[in-house]
Amino acid sequence: MTAAPLLRVRNLCTEFATDQGVVRAVDGVSFDLADGEVIGLVGESGSGKSVTALSIMRLVPEPPGRVTADEITFDGLDLRRMSEAEAREIRGARIAMIFQDPMKSLNPVLTIGRQLTETLRRHLKLDGQAARRRAVELLDMVGIPSAESRLAAYPHQFSGGMRQRVMIAIALSCNPRLLIADEATTALDVTIQAQIIDLVKRLTRELGTAVIWISHDLGVIAGMCDRVNVMYAGRIAETGPIRELFYRPSHGYTLGLMGSTPRLDGAGQDRLTPIDGLPPNLIDPIPLCPFLPRCRFALDDCRNRPPPDRDVGPQHRASCFADLTGHWRQAAT
Amino acid sequence: MAVALPVAAHDARIAGGIRLASRQFVRNRAATVGLVCLALLCVAATLAPLISPYDPVQIKLSAKLRPPGLEYWLGTDHFGRDIFSRILHGGRVSLSVGLLVVAFAVSIGVPLGLMAGFFGGVVDNVLMRVVDAFLTFPPLLLAVAIVGLLGPDIQNVMIALGIVQAPILARIVRGSTLAVREEVHVTAARALGASPLRIVLSNILRNIMSPIVVQLTIVFAAAVVAEASLSFLGLGTQPPQPSWGRDLSEARRFLADAPWMFLAPTGAIMVCVLSINFVGDGLRDSLDPRSWRTRRRVTARTDDAA
Amino acid sequence: MTQVPPILRVEDLKVHFPTGRGGFGRRGAIRAVDGVSFSIARGKTLALVGESGCGKSTTGFAVLMLQRPTAGRVVFDDVDLCGLDGATLRRARRRLQIVFQDSAASLNPRMPIGDIVAEALDIHGLHPGRARPQRIRRLFDLVGLAGHLVERYPHELSGGQAQRVAICRALAVEPELIVCDEPVSALDVSIQAQIVNLLQDLQRELALTYIFISHDLSVVRHVSDQVAVMYLGKIVELGDKETIYRTPLHPYTKALMSAVPIPDPDLERARQRVILSGDLPNPANPPSGCRFRTRCPIAIAACAETDPPPHAVSAGHWVKCIRVV
Repeated sequence: MTAAPLLRVRNLCTEFATDQGVVRAVDGVSFDLADGEVIGLVGESGSGKSVTALSIMRLVPEPPGRVTADEITFDGLDLRRMSEAEAREIRGARIAMIFQDPMKSLNPVLTIGRQLTETLRRHLKLDGQAARRRAVELLDMVGIPSAESRLAAYPHQFSGGMRQRVMIAIALSCNPRLLIADEATTALDVTIQAQIIDLVKRLTRELGTAVIWISHDLGVIAGMCDRVNVMYAGRIAETGPIRELFYRPSHGYTLGLMGSTPRLDGAGQDRLTPIDGLPPNLIDPIPLCPFLPRCRFALDDCRNRPPPDRDVGPQHRASCFADLTGHWRQAAT
Repeated sequence: MAVALPVAAHDARIAGGIRLASRQFVRNRAATVGLVCLALLCVAATLAPLISPYDPVQIKLSAKLRPPGLEYWLGTDHFGRDIFSRILHGGRVSLSVGLLVVAFAVSIGVPLGLMAGFFGGVVDNVLMRVVDAFLTFPPLLLAVAIVGLLGPDIQNVMIALGIVQAPILARIVRGSTLAVREEVHVTAARALGASPLRIVLSNILRNIMSPIVVQLTIVFAAAVVAEASLSFLGLGTQPPQPSWGRDLSEARRFLADAPWMFLAPTGAIMVCVLSINFVGDGLRDSLDPRSWRTRRRVTARTDDAA
Repeated sequence: MTQVPPILRVEDLKVHFPTGRGGFGRRGAIRAVDGVSFSIARGKTLALVGESGCGKSTTGFAVLMLQRPTAGRVVFDDVDLCGLDGATLRRARRRLQIVFQDSAASLNPRMPIGDIVAEALDIHGLHPGRARPQRIRRLFDLVGLAGHLVERYPHELSGGQAQRVAICRALAVEPELIVCDEPVSALDVSIQAQIVNLLQDLQRELALTYIFISHDLSVVRHVSDQVAVMYLGKIVELGDKETIYRTPLHPYTKALMSAVPIPDPDLERARQRVILSGDLPNPANPPSGCRFRTRCPIAIAACAETDPPPHAVSAGHWVKCIRVV
């Protein structure tokens, strides 16, 4: 990799002060994202994947939150040091984010035309007419039929899938370098999900946008991403190129996740292998591997020292002592 | 043999039910102070015959209109009666009226509201029209009218106030019932084959206790004030029986000469009503099941057991 | 060859919700369930799959009479449930239970979970008195709940634990059939797997019959024996699991199958996806003839004329599509 990465995150930590103590939602996350690359952040609830994205975007309310990092560099800019005004300039224009529930991100009392043109005027400084034209173009681009007449419609007049398309249009309107999608298709029906994933793939490829795709759904990740970071208890358990991770998983949690995920083709699974136990609370400090209490492959080392970041393959690292090669058969095709 | 799967024991640090409610209540300082004041008032009122320094109705003209001092803690009124003793005994009347009105309102308003909310349809319509009829009258006027009909007597005051408060309570209970009726655990109870009575008592009533209890504190306070108002108007406690309201009425003439005559019953009513209101606020916050849900379990023991 | 009669037979079930006056005094209705028929053999699992608005949950509720059907019959063990009401229906409910999607919400927030299960026993007068605590402990064991959780309140439990309590309560009355309405959709994947395994183990141990309602075709593959695919209130294809998953025939079933992501990068990227166009039609005003025709890749003019009748492809497998004949 010769070019500098688009996004460099080193040792990101996000804490929240709560009644019960300090919750460490993100606990030392580091990763790179190259220009135009699509990476997945995969994990279950409490893994810290959403908070990671919000921390990068400076959307975490501080207090009660506290975000620290050795480095968060985006396109040469240090995101940690920016003022709120500067961050607002970046958000929407250079880094865009789409969320699970478009109803919550869209203003219910403004027409979607207004919401689109607002973004265009603020970031691209387009005048009324030009903004309107661009808005129609964008709605067309995301596949909303009769785009011109839909400008005057309100969010509640759209179906869930259509609203998500509008969100994508707003997100991509200023041609951002990075798109962060946080469980963007989780609330959608599966046939609509397929449409939206298809749309995002196509558009981001055309525009050369890098994507951080956050999901708990391994199937969606498998179809979308070039690289995957598997997160557990606020840390990255395993990271690697897509085929490496899926066909040679090397962390106890990754294996557990794959064993408990049911597959449409039912390949290699007569019975699901759940992960026993429950996720850890994020308040008590965890000096050892956070997955230890639930791990089927735990070794003596795991009980004595924190796991190292081991290289287990080309650009493939796992935070695990065990050698788990061979534990996962490649799915029969 | 049982099909047992190992599951982590979830060791919640947060208790449920009454323990949680009381812990949250105690955090609310105003509510705690209110509760303490109210408790003191109740104790004082109950023990009034034992602890009042003087007979509240004993006229002693030689001691009339004395300001507060060592002999008479809150001074004396125009008949030489000790105000402190009168306040204590008056409290008995006010607080017992409050409690009895609450009991009356509950026994009528709650079943009415539950039935209207749970069954809906014709039952709801009929009951609510009756309730609406009562609600069109300004409460105090309605009370005055009823007392006028039945005769000025403290018992009739309680009946009148109960009749006035019951419809208000019924409305609130009906509203809460309608909301809880749609919750999933009610459908679950139906699916189990629970009888309507069981569903109303176990699923609905238990889950609307919070707004009911809060409303009851409002009823209590309103009853205390209403009794004072009615006595002020001459319709409640009859002289020479002590009553905060009546004493307030008689104190008007002596406002310039003996302001303590006015201040004592006013203060008593204020302390009583404010305490009740603070307690009500505290109860509302601590009994709300939604606030329970946000205090979800956070911990899991890392050494789990099946 | 003697045929064992099915434990449940649903015949032409309809649930219509009136929508009041739509312009000019016309009365519309949302035909949430519009002529659904199926039968289930004892000890088997029938999955009702489909996307939002297809009527699968409403069907499940209607089978249990939690939603009174507008028309049709639900025959459970030779008893027509539609004809029952009042105390008779309540007694019959013991044999058909339900587990909801939002497990925590289905538990009375003001009762400790031990009492919630005890209440189920009370309603049907089971194991009274001194046998009670032991029975509750045994039920907790059955679903994998630690005994000391008996005093916890629902809000103190995790999603998986709450779902176990809901299952425990359903089992307490010793039912024969359980409707599972999206029982694992709200759970994390690792917990999902625990609950799915639990449901399967219980089925084997207690000879339970399940109606498994889900939108997640991957989960359904693991738990079902038969699959019924629903769209806008109708079953468009029904057959045994292997047939439906290997050779789906209805264009909607095919689209559904092709849309489900598989956690396998090579497979995912090589797949031929059938991407449906457009959105779900308005359920109050469904398309004439075949309801799927507005999004169907192989629709022809004749599809708008009549609602296609079920066409038997093989034993136990039928499809409602005139193009698949």
